Amino acid sequence: MLFSAGGVVSAMLLPVLVLLFGVAFPLGLLDPPDYAQLSALLANPLTGLVMFSLCALSLFHWAHRFRHTLYDGLQIKHLNEVIAIVSYGAAVAGSTLAAYLLWQLS
Amino acid sequence: MDQNHAYTAYHPRWLRPHVSTYWWLEKPAYLAFILREGSCMFVAWFTVYLLLLLRAIQQGQAAYEAFLAWSAGPVIVLVNIVSFAFLIFHAITFFQAAPQAMVVHVGHRRLPARVLLAAHYAAWAAASIVVFWLLTGA
Repeated sequence: MLFSAGGVVSAMLLPVLVLLFGVAFPLGLLDPPDYAQLSALLANPLTGLVMFSLCALSLFHWAHRFRHTLYDGLQIKHLNEVIAIVSYGAAVAGSTLAAYLLWQLS
Repeated sequence: MDQNHAYTAYHPRWLRPHVSTYWWLEKPAYLAFILREGSCMFVAWFTVYLLLLLRAIQQGQAAYEAFLAWSAGPVIVLVNIVSFAFLIFHAITFFQAAPQAMVVHVGHRRLPARVLLAAHYAAWAAASIVVFWLLTGA
């Protein structure tokens, strides 16, 4: 459930975000939003909720896929528990950080 | 499995065909599978990137400007261009799988796969336009 929700949310929102913040703004093709504008946008509870869901669900999507690819693809079966703990642990840590940062910005 | 297991003369060996660690290089379909699964690494990378951006914004204007300067480094831009390609691939493959995972009924009839697919693409376009508009005001 977290996997597919994460897959859908990341598919819908990440391409445009990486295009803007990863390519268009750094290369100067478009002007990045100024600080006041961006922090006002993130202070909006709806944007905050969307950003939190995006970060948390994307991380759980990654954790699930990463774990299963190591298991099936590279056949690292003896480390299964360790990999599961590390990947889901990272997802929980990242989600907590996202919640904290967005809380501070709200 | 224990590699040093001593087999007795009449004990049958386990039928366990050896699969190479590089099995996914053998057929294009296998490679597509591993690239699709590999796209999750770029999902993770860009989520971390977003978290760094959020942290910079939380720390203040100077940190935000430092983030923008850092993000313009050639290596970061290159990684993000590759990420963009993988995220598009991720989106397309994920939407393709959606009609198989989602069964939607209207009345007594099942909604055809192409309608669901079209709905996903329409939502994708709408979400992208809204984000683009919010961030560039254009």
